Amino acid sequence: METAGGLILFLVGFFTLASIASVSTLGLNICWGVTGLFNIGIAGFYAVGAYTSAILTAEPSVPSNPHLGGFELPIPVGWAGAMVMSAAIAWIVGKVCLRLRADYLAIATIGIAEIIRITFRNWGAIAGGSYGIHRIPKPFESWPQPWAEIFFLLLMIAVVVVIYLVIERGINSPWGRVMRAIRENETAAAAAGKDVERMRLQAFVYGSALMGLAGALSAHYLKQFLPEDTEPLTATFLIWVMLIAGGSGNNKGAILGAFVVWGLWTMSEFLTDLLSAEWATRAAYIRVFLIGLLLQVVLQFFSRGIIPEKPPVIRRGETNAVKAEAG
Amino acid sequence: MIEFFNDYILSALILGSIYALGAIGISMIYAILRFAHFAHGDLLTLGAYFAFELVDRFRAHPVISIPIAMVTVAIVAVGIDYAFYRPFRKSRPIIMVIASFGIALMLRSTFQLLWGTDDQYYWSIQPPLESLEPFLVGAKHLYIGGAVIVLISATHYLLAYTRTGKAMRAMSDDPDLARVTGIPTERIVIWTWIVGASLAAAAGVLLGMDTRIKFDMGWNLLLPMFAAAILGGLGRPYGAIAGGMVIGGLEELSTLVIPGDYKSAVAFGVMVLVLIFRPQGIFKGRVL
Repeated sequence: METAGGLILFLVGFFTLASIASVSTLGLNICWGVTGLFNIGIAGFYAVGAYTSAILTAEPSVPSNPHLGGFELPIPVGWAGAMVMSAAIAWIVGKVCLRLRADYLAIATIGIAEIIRITFRNWGAIAGGSYGIHRIPKPFESWPQPWAEIFFLLLMIAVVVVIYLVIERGINSPWGRVMRAIRENETAAAAAGKDVERMRLQAFVYGSALMGLAGALSAHYLKQFLPEDTEPLTATFLIWVMLIAGGSGNNKGAILGAFVVWGLWTMSEFLTDLLSAEWATRAAYIRVFLIGLLLQVVLQFFSRGIIPEKPPVIRRGETNAVKAEAG
Repeated sequence: MIEFFNDYILSALILGSIYALGAIGISMIYAILRFAHFAHGDLLTLGAYFAFELVDRFRAHPVISIPIAMVTVAIVAVGIDYAFYRPFRKSRPIIMVIASFGIALMLRSTFQLLWGTDDQYYWSIQPPLESLEPFLVGAKHLYIGGAVIVLISATHYLLAYTRTGKAMRAMSDDPDLARVTGIPTERIVIWTWIVGASLAAAAGVLLGMDTRIKFDMGWNLLLPMFAAAILGGLGRPYGAIAGGMVIGGLEELSTLVIPGDYKSAVAFGVMVLVLIFRPQGIFKGRVL
């Protein structure tokens, strides 16, 4: 009974974290998968979202560790605030960098992410410095275990489903087709009269807002948020591996990739835990190395991912219209 | 004035030359292979650790270990290119950026595995040379300065006077034109890696001589090196040198007005301003 309960709690925790990761992955799918924007500053937007929601909803800080906040607002306000704040920062970054080639955006996003992380780590008055923010409320936390955890998981799944449905609708609408057109051939999209810069900015802002939401969700799940939680390895790099392995451009692929890669990552931790203490720390680096290698293998041999992107459906009426125009 | 030199100018010169050496490779790789090489900082670290092994095991002088580290890192970089970047030459260049991002992570975890996460040093703290009083210049600064002058001169000779160097510059100006004039592009790509990686390795050893050796020392330099390459104009090796000196100088001088923790924001700020107002850089490089 003891172990069965433990196993259930473990699985619930696993699926909760994988669901939160898939919110980030879906955000990245809007940026990279659909529109082709190379955003490697996920950790930065994640941090902005987490700290924003924490500041808005946490209990007042203790005098020994002051930080901004203690507003004790309802949790949904915190989540909305997280998305708005990440979106605002993405808008500024995008305004400057989206006109230029993809590589510049890569450099700019990783730069802004590092600066955001440095700022949160050093600016005690806002984010509690290296001590972070504690006593963040968690939905259902007053319920008895394991129900509190299970309902939190159900809430996360609901969030993922809602986001999935909204993005699916967006991608399969004319808006989504323009985004793909921009990714495939920017000049052609511009020639067809599409405002390329504005559309890319939209995709970048929406995607980054979801990354911010993912940060907020994890802050409420952990009930505390420290600068270490924005480590780019898990917050940025794993998300990239998840999306590419799952199938970039495909929302189902993005979610599946999050669960599969998070599963591999967790299982590799089990294996390293079996080793002796001296080797366990070293084996942690081997795990990171293997994830890097997995990315290389996927890129070279399975670049379309587990569930490849499907081309947009052209409905019969539209085909006839195209034929009529051509004929 | 002397105090100002001791506190700011000396460190600005050292940091600037290290950025310059790293930025040359980034700039040339960007222009010739058309991608931002995110593992370049980790090539610096690799060079620093190779030299550390030589110093630690064979009691070699760090300066002597520079050329050996350069050769080794160049070989590793050509190998990485062959295994991980070459398959993507014909696909979108951004795929190579993702691959290099992964390589950076793999290299860093290798450093942590082999050399741990503690600081390592080539030598114990050296007092400033008495003969140069009142300037607080140590022997290490003279070694670094000498090495930088030799390396930059050698790079200049290679680029300006050899066939390979001229071909590299031609390719970074216009890859298609270079191809139709019969330049063996794949061989020039290999040479680009050799030059870029060996200069990065040297920069890593010099950084290790100046401060310490740590697994993330190169990764932390990536952003200022990109800023230097963009400021100088991508594909312009001399621009990269100038850009490196400017970024290094601004970062050190910035500590006059802002806390040192935010130093890396300076390089980023400069980069953003360049991207807005003069994306081709000072020396009119490529805007890709």
